[in-house]
Amino acid sequence: MQQAPVQPSVIKRQPSAIYRVLGDRIFLAIVLLLALSIVALTLGLGYYLYLGGSQTINKEGFFGFLTGTTWDPALKLEFGIWPYVLGTIITSLSALVLSVPVALAAAIFTAEYAPRWLAGFINYLVDLMAAVPSVVYGIWGIFVLAPFLREAFYLPFFLWAAENAPWLSRYLGNPAGYGMFTGIVILSSMVIPFTAALSRDAINLVPAAQREGAYALGATRWEVMQTVILPYARGGIFAGAMLALGRALGETMAVAMVIGNGNILPYTLFGPASTMPAVIALELKEAVEDLHYSAIIGVGFYLFLIAFIVNSAASYLLNKLKVGSQRA
Amino acid sequence: MRNLQARYTRDRLILLVVIVGTILAALPLTLVLGYALVNGFSSLNWDFFTKGPKPPGELGGGMAPAIVGTLVITGVGLLMATPFGIGAGILLAEYPDNKLNPTLRLLSDTLNGMPAILKGLLAYVLVVKAQGSFSGFSGALAMAFIMIPIIAKTTESVLKLVPWNIREAGLALGLPRWRVILSLVLPAARAGVVTGLLLATARAAGEAAPLIFTAFGNTLLTLNLSQPMDALPLRLYAYAISPYEDWHRQAWAAAVVLLGLIVLTSLLARWVTRGR
Repeated sequence: MQQAPVQPSVIKRQPSAIYRVLGDRIFLAIVLLLALSIVALTLGLGYYLYLGGSQTINKEGFFGFLTGTTWDPALKLEFGIWPYVLGTIITSLSALVLSVPVALAAAIFTAEYAPRWLAGFINYLVDLMAAVPSVVYGIWGIFVLAPFLREAFYLPFFLWAAENAPWLSRYLGNPAGYGMFTGIVILSSMVIPFTAALSRDAINLVPAAQREGAYALGATRWEVMQTVILPYARGGIFAGAMLALGRALGETMAVAMVIGNGNILPYTLFGPASTMPAVIALELKEAVEDLHYSAIIGVGFYLFLIAFIVNSAASYLLNKLKVGSQRA
Repeated sequence: MRNLQARYTRDRLILLVVIVGTILAALPLTLVLGYALVNGFSSLNWDFFTKGPKPPGELGGGMAPAIVGTLVITGVGLLMATPFGIGAGILLAEYPDNKLNPTLRLLSDTLNGMPAILKGLLAYVLVVKAQGSFSGFSGALAMAFIMIPIIAKTTESVLKLVPWNIREAGLALGLPRWRVILSLVLPAARAGVVTGLLLATARAAGEAAPLIFTAFGNTLLTLNLSQPMDALPLRLYAYAISPYEDWHRQAWAAAVVLLGLIVLTSLLARWVTRGR
């Protein structure tokens, strides 16, 4: 006996018009709205910080506020943020100078020299380094790094300078351990992973054919690196450095914990200094005067301007060079 | 061309420099981890997880309110950030021709790099200043601001890994585009999306700066989002700069718990995406 063939079940109901026609438009509209939150957030950040700081910015003038060197919330209610701007710029740039060669070395080692297991391990360390919270670096800075630097470097150097080069002492400042140089050291260790990860990506993007071509011509490893890989990857390396600079500019807790938080210019090498994020973190919740409160938000607005320029340059480069597309 | 031996020597010297540089790069992290583990584990005890802080100068106590607070603040922040981040990720990956995309991608990356403290400042201006009081909610909002661009970025990159064939198959069966995205693409990329959420959580959970003037800190255990709320990084900071020996000990313990949370999240993220 032959069974009757099983009829495929037919879809009887036509999907509704909303499902077929409007569904896509509604979905796109929702997704667009959600995505626009990012645009709104970025622009809102600038707008509200300006609004919050406008009272003091208007009183001191746009450039007067930026270049004023007195920050006195207690007596004169005079606000100039130059000490903080200068502190931020000096510490960030110095941290960049210290960290980029080291980060580049790590990237070169993992991408070109290390056996796979070691490269994997170092890459994991680098990723982990980016994830360690700022306060953890900070507590290490307070209890380990600063006392160590004081005993091992600042004091001996300070005493040596006092005997042999008295003119130098003026630039060295109080070797208490909590000061600008300690801030720079901790900052540079924190931004290593950003440069290292992106440089590694950029080096891995170098076409194998170019590399092999150079080897075939008899180049040594370093010559391949120097003539082929680094020139090809320099854009990505530069982007990584920009990203690291952006991070350094906004790094708050670890720096605030070790930099000594003094705003008296001129800054000295070992003496206390301060940065823009640090002053926001330390003074905002204690601000009572309206003008002081508004001045701190104003610091935030100028920090926004600086960080926006650096970060949009970095993200422009990242998107153009297609490095770090897998990274958050 | 210089002689061969000199070139070889130069090559080896450079290798040496590279290795020394790599060691220098790994040194700070190794030291931070080492000190945190040694000092932290020796100060961890049961009280740390179950008791609240004692008044200044008294021995003992723990960080139960801070641990709970961190979980609540980052959890609520994640809930707020997820739809926006995933929405932006879908737009970037699934509608590549959208006119908004180049701008959006640029702004998203820029926002991701912006200092966390500024995002906290925004939450302060929007919520704390407007309501006149510090609150757990404002802290969660600051966390959400930090998470949104991270989630957008990771969602975009994992959705792009889903082969176009899958979408074409869905469209060929007559599914509208939104159904293809929701029922085919997102499930295929589920593990990756979850990883992104975990990474964003881990990044935000360690932030103290934006919480100082939003969640503010609280020595009492509270689940009320309209009240000031404690958080682990916040308590760690407060204890680290205090003059009390016993609080320093607890700060180290907080550091190791925080690190543990982060390592756990990153391992979880690796486990979710295992075999890829």
